[in-house]
Amino acid sequence: MADTDIASLNKIAAQMRGKVIEMVAASGAAHLASAMSCLDIVVAAYWRILKLDAATAADPLRDRFILSKGHAASALYAVLAERGFFSKDWLDSFATHGAPLAEQPAPGCAPGVELATGSLGHGLPVGAGHALAAQIQKHDYQVLVCMSDGECNEGTVWEAAMFAAARKLQNLTVVVDYNKWQATGRSNEVMQLSPLREKWAAFGWKAVEVDGHDISALIDALDRSKQETGKPTAIIANTVKGKGVSFMEDDNNWHYRVPKAAEVEAAKKELGLL
Amino acid sequence: MRNAFADEILSLARQDPRVVLLSADIGNRLFDKLKAEFPDRFYNCGVAEANMIGVAAGLAQSGLRPFCYTITPFITYRCMEQIRVDLCYHHLPVTVVGTGSGLSYASLGGTHHSCEEMGMLRLLPGLTVGGPADAPELRALLRDSLNQNGPVYLRIGKKGEPEMHSAVPALKFGQSITLREGTDACILSIGTVLPVAMAAADKLAEQGISTRVVSFPTLKPLDEKCLTEVFSRFKVVATLEEHSILGGLGGSVAEWKADHPELNARLVRLGTPDEFLHLTCEQEEAREHYGLTAEGVASQIETLLRPA
Repeated sequence: MADTDIASLNKIAAQMRGKVIEMVAASGAAHLASAMSCLDIVVAAYWRILKLDAATAADPLRDRFILSKGHAASALYAVLAERGFFSKDWLDSFATHGAPLAEQPAPGCAPGVELATGSLGHGLPVGAGHALAAQIQKHDYQVLVCMSDGECNEGTVWEAAMFAAARKLQNLTVVVDYNKWQATGRSNEVMQLSPLREKWAAFGWKAVEVDGHDISALIDALDRSKQETGKPTAIIANTVKGKGVSFMEDDNNWHYRVPKAAEVEAAKKELGLL
Repeated sequence: MRNAFADEILSLARQDPRVVLLSADIGNRLFDKLKAEFPDRFYNCGVAEANMIGVAAGLAQSGLRPFCYTITPFITYRCMEQIRVDLCYHHLPVTVVGTGSGLSYASLGGTHHSCEEMGMLRLLPGLTVGGPADAPELRALLRDSLNQNGPVYLRIGKKGEPEMHSAVPALKFGQSITLREGTDACILSIGTVLPVAMAAADKLAEQGISTRVVSFPTLKPLDEKCLTEVFSRFKVVATLEEHSILGGLGGSVAEWKADHPELNARLVRLGTPDEFLHLTCEQEEAREHYGLTAEGVASQIETLLRPA
C-alpha cells in the first residue's frame, strides 16, 4: 500500500473517471453518473485504506470492500484493474457478450469482487456477516461497504444498521455516496432521507459527514473509523452525481444516458486527460 | 422436533468450530446450552429475518457454517430474495431451517401457515430442499448439511411429533427410506405427515390392499432411483405432504413423471389445495379439513385401485 500523495490520487481518480466514461460509451451500459459519483471513495479506499491487493484478494485475513451499489460496478472494475487485480484488457470488453465483467458484478466474476450486487440493500447485511466473522474468528480485518443514498430506501439497510450496532461491529464501515439523486428523482423527495447522518447516529453508529470528493477528507474519515469506539462507522459522503464533467454533474439524465463520441472527448478534456 | 434441532446443533457446534447459529428472536431458552457453552456461536438477529440471511452469507463467505432458524413463513417468504441472491447465487453453505412448518401453527392463522414455501424454494438453482419426518431424520439431515457445499433449506415441525425411527437413520440428502413394504400401492411422504401415511397403510391393509410407505425427506434433489422403482412396480403412487399439491412433492413428482412417460403408475397428489386456510382450528383439525388423515388418504388410494 504505497502512500500515494493526494495530488496523485486526484489524478488517478480523473483517469478512472475517463476510463468509466470510455467503458460506458463502448458498451452502452447505464449508470455512468453513479459510477463517477463514488469514484473518489473507491480510489481513497484502494490506494490508502484497505489492506488488500491482488496478491491477497483471496486471503481470509484481507480487508473487504463491498460495492453494494452494484450499478456503479464500472468504477470498481476500473480501480481493480488499475490496482492489478486483473488485466486492463477486461475493461475493454465490459458488459459485452461473454465478457468476464458484466454490467453489474456476478459472483466470483473477477478477483477482488467480493459480492454480486445490483439488487440494493444486500451489501450491508453481508458486510455485517463478514465483520461478525472477524469477531468470531478473532481476526482484525476491516469491512468497508459503499452504498448509494437511494439504497437507504431499503429496509434491510436499517435492519443491518441495528444489528451491527448491537453486535458492536467496530470493524464495519459504511460509506454512503450521498449524491442526492436516485433513479427517478431527488433522494430527499422520493423518501425522507434527511437528516441522514443523524439517522445513522440514532441507529447507534459513529456517524460523520465529509465532502465525498475530497480524497484527503475521505482518507481521514476512513482512518478514524478504525479507532476503538465499540461502534460501526457511517461516513456520509456528500457527492455530486456525474462528478468531474460539467455537463454531467447533478444532471440525473446521466443515470441512464450513454455519452456520444463528441461527449466522450469533451469529458476527457475537462478531466485533463486529453 | 425443535428440541432435537437445538440438541443436534449443540452437538454439531462441539464437533465443528465453523458452526454458528443465527435465530430471529425465536426459541426462548431453547438455545441456552449453546449460548452457555459457545457464547460467540449464537446470535439472536432480532425480528429482522432478511438481514439474518445476509449476515449468514457473509459468515459463510468468511469460512463459517451458519444455520439460520425461525418460523417458516418468515424465514422463507420474507427472505426469498436474500435466499436467492445471497445464498443461492453465491452457492454458499448456509442451512436455513424453518420451524413450525405447514399447518403446525394452524391456530395462529394464515400469516403463520406455510403450504407454498417448498414450491417457491425448490425453483432456486443449487438449493437443497428437505423436510424430515421426525427428530431422527432431522438429526441425520442436519449432519449431512455440513457435507453440502451449497445452501440447504429444511422445513421442520414444532414439537411433540411422533418418532418414526428408533435411532438416527443412515440418511443423506437425496435419499428416501422405506418404512413399510407393500405390493399394490405406494405412498411417498415428506415431512411430519408421515404417521398419517403409516396409519393409512394400516387402513388399506384392512381392505386387502398392500401399501408400501416411503419417507421421502428430500424434495430436491429427488431420489430418482426410488421414483423409477416405485413408478415401475406399483399401480398407484401417492405423494403426501402438509403443503400445497402445487409445487411441492406432488408437483415435483408430477414434473418428473412427465419426463418418464414409459412408467405406468397412476400418480395421486395428496396435500393442501390452492387456497388459504380460513378455518380457525388446530393442526389436527386442519389436516382433517383437507383429508390428510388415515381415512382420507386410504380412501383416495382405494378409489384409484378399485374404480366404481
